[in-house]
Amino acid sequence: MSTGEAHKPPPYMAVWFGLFALTVAEVGLALMASIPKVWLAMGLMAMAFYKAFLVAAYYMHLKWEPKRLWVLVASPIPLIMILIFVVLNEIF
Amino acid sequence: MTTQAMTAGRVPMPGMRVYNLKLGMWVFLLSEVMFFTGLIGSYVILRFAHPEQFAEPGEVLNVPLTAFNTFLLICSSVTMVKAYAAIQQGDQQGLKNWLLATIVIGASFVGVQVFEYIALAGEGFVPIADAYHAVGRGMPHDGPAIGGQLYGSTFYTMTGFHGTHVSIGVLCLCYTYWRAAKGAYTADSLGGVEIMGLYWHFVDLVWIILFTIVYLI
Repeated sequence: MSTGEAHKPPPYMAVWFGLFALTVAEVGLALMASIPKVWLAMGLMAMAFYKAFLVAAYYMHLKWEPKRLWVLVASPIPLIMILIFVVLNEIF
Repeated sequence: MTTQAMTAGRVPMPGMRVYNLKLGMWVFLLSEVMFFTGLIGSYVILRFAHPEQFAEPGEVLNVPLTAFNTFLLICSSVTMVKAYAAIQQGDQQGLKNWLLATIVIGASFVGVQVFEYIALAGEGFVPIADAYHAVGRGMPHDGPAIGGQLYGSTFYTMTGFHGTHVSIGVLCLCYTYWRAAKGAYTADSLGGVEIMGLYWHFVDLVWIILFTIVYLI
């Protein structure tokens, strides 16, 4: 799914194993009641975003796309931050 | 840039340096990012504002079942990308086999989600405007209510819209398979498979975030 420039075959099965292992780790972590809720949420979200990054980079082939497409893909991030933090500001 | 990328409508355009179909799909997916951000953001904000309305993970929702469903979707992403890799090598049979596997696994995901909805409804967690009260895991329909209406409405809205996206994806995969069976894709003309793959992986990506936020936190 890249522009056609030659590159090594992506490690699809290694990424799949990574996604599987992270999912198992997430569920295991969530079931551990001894971890404070804030740390648990931060750890789980870090793992979730890393999994999302793996899917985007390797399965959606962003790793091999032009940097300009990366910029386009990253463009909603500021909007997401505004949406979440500005509205959260209304609560606290 | 290889000759392969220059053929069959896959000419990278000046500017973004990707061909039009792919750029169009990416722009569509970015609009989808904002759509799901709206849903997930609403859930997060409502949960912060009204924690008493929500249940702890596992109290109401079946986490092991959904973890299995997450595993299914991750597997479907591998089969989809294997289909793309197959047609890149000109392997028509491989394309069809991997696409079929993706269809079966994707449909299984939807089936498990329907099963989950039926089980939740059986325990009283029903998607009716005035009866969204969650009931404890394994409790009867008239068991003690946990949380409030916000929990059910946000849960069914988020997972329902995602399930709809998966269902539409399965239908599009069937169409892609039908075209593949007619020999429409070759190593030089695989834009349709690539675009389908982008959508399918996006659906997987959204579920990865949803599963963590809705089922684990």
